[in-house]
Amino acid sequence: MTTSAKSVRGLGSAGTGTQHHIRQRVTALALIFLVPWFLYSIIHACKAGYEGALIWVAQPINAILLILTLSAALYHMRLGMQEVIEDYIAKSGSRQALLILNTFAVIALINPGCAAHERAWFTAGA
Amino acid sequence: MAGPGRGDPRPLSPHLQIWKWHWTMAGSIFHRVSGVGLYGGAFLIGAWLISLATGPEAYALVEVIAFSLPGQILLFLWSMAVLYHLANGLRHLIWDGPMVGFNPGVASLWSMFNFAFAIIGAAVIWSLASFY
Repeated sequence: MTTSAKSVRGLGSAGTGTQHHIRQRVTALALIFLVPWFLYSIIHACKAGYEGALIWVAQPINAILLILTLSAALYHMRLGMQEVIEDYIAKSGSRQALLILNTFAVIALINPGCAAHERAWFTAGA
Repeated sequence: MAGPGRGDPRPLSPHLQIWKWHWTMAGSIFHRVSGVGLYGGAFLIGAWLISLATGPEAYALVEVIAFSLPGQILLFLWSMAVLYHLANGLRHLIWDGPMVGFNPGVASLWSMFNFAFAIIGAAVIWSLASFY
């Protein structure tokens, strides 16, 4: 007796595991270099107070590296959290809701970095 | 014959109480725990950047919270989580790429090393940060 296609469709492998795995590794490779830079510079920026942090974020090299760090980290975070949700949340509704929330949260977190850069450049130009 | 529907429960990963504690499983579990912790930490970095974008008053408030005792403890734990996830993440890449380190003795030692790296590394970074 064979299983009817309609009873297994949507339940087995979604066919996206390899892509997920590779993207998780590629973002990890980038983060090996970006995270040590981020740790080093965030300590310097934090020790210099508001003015110092603004000067730090206004420098193009820091702006570029900060955006790269945030992008790689947020992509990596989204993949990782997706895996945690899929592993532990069995109920279809809550699972779907959390997966959507995960995407929203990560996209929302892109904005603070952009806002800080806009502020820094606006202040520098004023 | 009607098969299971889309919403039916699927097998889940085994939960913590299934496992006997040993170094390599602790290493694996803390990779996930530190990853989830860093997800939360990203919101704190977001709050710091928003305060920077908002202005000196908002930034001062974030500074007060960050330099308070609970804030410092949280930041120390964050730095430990970053270092642990970084070291153990490198190990994952070495597993996937050159495929070395699967021997049980080596695997246990490597897990211990990653924990030590996170704790000692965070302590070194914090002492350097407070001296210079």
